[in-house]
Amino acid sequence: MIKNNGNGEYRVLGTRPVRHDGADKVTGKAVYTADVQLPGMLRGFILRSPIAHGRIKSIDTSAAKTTPGVHAVITSADMPDVGDKVADLGEGAVNLKYLSGNVLAQDKVLYKGHAVAAVAAVDIHVAEEAAKKIVVEYEELPSVTWVLDAMQDDAPLLHEDLHTDSMGAKSENPSNICTHMHFEKGDIEDGFAQCDIVVEREFKTASVHQGYIEPHASVGDWNEDGRLRIWTATQGSFTARQQTAEVLQIPISDVVVTPCEIGGGFGGKIAVYLEPIVGMLSKLSGRPVKISMTRADVFEATGPTPGSYMKVKLGATSEGKLVAGEAWLAYDAGGYPGGMIGPGCMCVFSCYDIEHAVVDGYDVCVNKPNTQAYRAPGATQVAFATEQLVDEIAKQIGMCPLSIRQLNAAKEGTVRVDGPKYPPVGLVECLDALEDSDHWKSTLEGPLRGRGIAAGFWFGCGLKSCATVTVNHDGTVNLLEGSTDIGGSRTSLAMQLAEVLGITSDDVNPMVGDTDSVGYTDVTGGSRVTFATGLAAYTAGRDLQTQMISRAAEEVWDCSPDEVTLESDGRFTHNDESKTFKELAAQLFKHGEPLVARAAVSPENPTNGFGVHVADVEVDPETGKVTVLRYTTIQDAGKAVHPSYVEGQLQGGTVQGIGWALNEEYFYHDNDTVANASFLDYRMPTMLDLPMIDTIIVEAANPDHPYGVRGVGETPIVPPPAALANAIYNATGTRMEQLPMSPPVLWKQLQTESTEA
Amino acid sequence: MANKRHVSTTINGEPKEFLCAPHESLLEVLRDNLGLTGSKEGCNNGNCGACTVILNGRPVDSCLVLGVEVEGAEVETVEGIADRNELHPVQECFLEGAALQCGICTPGFLVASKALLEKNPDACEHTIRYNLAGNLCRCTGYDKIVRAVQDAGARMAESN
Amino acid sequence: MVTVFIPAQLKEMTGGVTSVEVDASNIRQVVEQLEQQFPGIQQRLCDGDNLRSGLQVSIDSVMTSRGLIAKVQPGNEVHFVPAFGGG
Repeated sequence: MIKNNGNGEYRVLGTRPVRHDGADKVTGKAVYTADVQLPGMLRGFILRSPIAHGRIKSIDTSAAKTTPGVHAVITSADMPDVGDKVADLGEGAVNLKYLSGNVLAQDKVLYKGHAVAAVAAVDIHVAEEAAKKIVVEYEELPSVTWVLDAMQDDAPLLHEDLHTDSMGAKSENPSNICTHMHFEKGDIEDGFAQCDIVVEREFKTASVHQGYIEPHASVGDWNEDGRLRIWTATQGSFTARQQTAEVLQIPISDVVVTPCEIGGGFGGKIAVYLEPIVGMLSKLSGRPVKISMTRADVFEATGPTPGSYMKVKLGATSEGKLVAGEAWLAYDAGGYPGGMIGPGCMCVFSCYDIEHAVVDGYDVCVNKPNTQAYRAPGATQVAFATEQLVDEIAKQIGMCPLSIRQLNAAKEGTVRVDGPKYPPVGLVECLDALEDSDHWKSTLEGPLRGRGIAAGFWFGCGLKSCATVTVNHDGTVNLLEGSTDIGGSRTSLAMQLAEVLGITSDDVNPMVGDTDSVGYTDVTGGSRVTFATGLAAYTAGRDLQTQMISRAAEEVWDCSPDEVTLESDGRFTHNDESKTFKELAAQLFKHGEPLVARAAVSPENPTNGFGVHVADVEVDPETGKVTVLRYTTIQDAGKAVHPSYVEGQLQGGTVQGIGWALNEEYFYHDNDTVANASFLDYRMPTMLDLPMIDTIIVEAANPDHPYGVRGVGETPIVPPPAALANAIYNATGTRMEQLPMSPPVLWKQLQTESTEA
Repeated sequence: MANKRHVSTTINGEPKEFLCAPHESLLEVLRDNLGLTGSKEGCNNGNCGACTVILNGRPVDSCLVLGVEVEGAEVETVEGIADRNELHPVQECFLEGAALQCGICTPGFLVASKALLEKNPDACEHTIRYNLAGNLCRCTGYDKIVRAVQDAGARMAESN
Repeated sequence: MVTVFIPAQLKEMTGGVTSVEVDASNIRQVVEQLEQQFPGIQQRLCDGDNLRSGLQVSIDSVMTSRGLIAKVQPGNEVHFVPAFGGG
């Protein structure tokens, strides 16, 4: 008999133990991919396209190949032809032709920085010098980087065989528009007819990069037994394995991926770039090969998030009830199809109960690096639009921006524009917490100072996770799981296992396994790990307890299993006798089989993470600089397993959003090459740019997790640009329609408006 | 073909000798020649601070220092912060305060913070933010790092 | 009977009908029933023997990764929505 955990008071959850990998991380011992050293290891360098768009007419690698110290040189000619096959990578499907083409360009280069050849040599300097000797003849083609330009009929075509897909129907003519999506709810004409106020604006957002401090890195060792060993910086060792196997056209079982410690991902380290290259270089050279991208390569050749054009219209009654919404969204996909337009369409009105809506979304190829997921991919852009329109309506009818959101907030039963209804969600609770917060209640005084709020949403995935638990002599346990740990998740998982077993977090040794050691586990992304892999850890714990009940009945108390009770604190009792988990485990160790438990889960409900932010700013009209004076992030976590790391996700995502809002963008030269591929000119926030980021964690329990956990990682990046835009409006009266709201842009807009006034 | 230069230096209090090519940075030497991979490469052009080491008492980006420049110098890296098995207060406070998520920027921050706090254990929030502005973090939003550095300063002052 | 909502982009194939009731115990059968009523719709929703890549199915607002083999019960509401992941 198993008793439930009762009233939700926990011994371990909600505490703040030091993370298990902490000592390694603060002493420099933790091994990140670039730290890996193998005997005989070569270093690799990648030659990249200097132009934004062109046909590759020829590549002559002979001078490179004969350079002393060079062991292998490859181009796409050395890679197998993968054909036009779509592979399901767990978090989404990918056309292998595009994936392979992005790894090493085939007949065309589609952006400046597109990888064209790779050299493996005795050291990085020899490899780089040799790469410069490779002669590539290009036929340069006209290029396009603005999404609306790329949609025109006469735009330069990136893929001659790409036709627009409209849910299975293909356009007659080739196009840069990969996909058109369309959603409807209610009757839009009827809806707008009922509105007393309608606002409509056009918005543009620039490409921004995930900005992880660790550049991509991979080590490949094509072993003499035919197995390819890969060490890599990845958010998902299983997807890296599958992608690498598919691109190299070798059996998945011939590839083993060890996920090293990883220096940030945010969605940008899910697609493979280097793994197939180091694999092939290792195969040809007979030596292990390591490649670490340069920072410029990271900016020029790895996924930024889509830049966008958005036209959004919102209508309401004079009482502030939102009635109708219409959105026309064009997101750039970069060089290859497959951008984030789907989630953009689904999220544009996702925070509100709006009866009538129409959304059109376009995924468009442009000569920029291939877009990749970036923390709640596609949602930040649309929030920037919609949250400003909500504020604009509130202003016009004289309603408080918080009240209008409370009136219209999505809740259980609200139907989203793509169809599904929300289960119980926490947006109302977050708005109420905002209303109660010190920040909201405080007064902001001074000229050119303003306050803005915004709401945001991300789905939060389930997907697949496995866990294995083994028990030691002394009753401590080992937790083997497959979720690469980007932010301390191994400890949150250990805590959930500790909670269910009735032991401490320190009694659990969590370990992230490689693809040979642990069951298939989907990526660390999608805000899923604490939720889904946590569920796996919990379920494995329950499996362990079931085994122990049976063993205790047989070996300790000589009774039937239903005469053994598992108490809510993890003790096992029979009549008057009671044993803690550790006592019983140690006793069982003496006789019979060792204790091993396991779980494989695939929870399907999204965890639906809502958040609201409040920002206070001061604008300097002489420079256009926006200073963030105070910021509070409020989000529903369901249940905060380790509050410090939940706070950390809220703060980190918020600051990425602040950077996105105020400074970050890709600048282009006239020839469509990136002008600012360095941390100096791609201006991410430093600690001098920011105040403390206050956080309020709301806990509206998720019914689909035993501890109520909701995914939290992504939602924090969604509201900041909108909250800051609303604050800028409050401070200056100017409405910002483009991101970033950087000093020159804001300054010019203020100047223009004051001239006109 | 460049000849390698012979360099004698002191790293984390220990005498060390190595050979390096003239164009190799101190960061490369530490990581590739000496196996001290705690200092990280984030950008290789002095903009992120992940490679911060102390050179003759000053925090520097080791990617902007040549290997040959440390002849006769004293270099301190993240590997030298702990005292054998005992973590330094700045390391303890980073862990207790959850001032790291992916940890890649952490070595640089620890070195830079220790250098700051040894000169100025009472550093206020603004001073901390100013002095550590050269260390980029993308995961934490900096809030917990600032608090950890403040706590470490207090702890270091207490033990003195 | 299961209520299946026709994606807005496919309304042109159903003469404007936005939802239908079908008798089915899994999504494959749902699609087959739709095909009977609206010939050609199966090709829009599926690619060979699988749900079209980029689509997922929501059954009573629960997203399923099981695609065509996902089970449905009387009273369920079925939507075809874009697949999403995360970053």
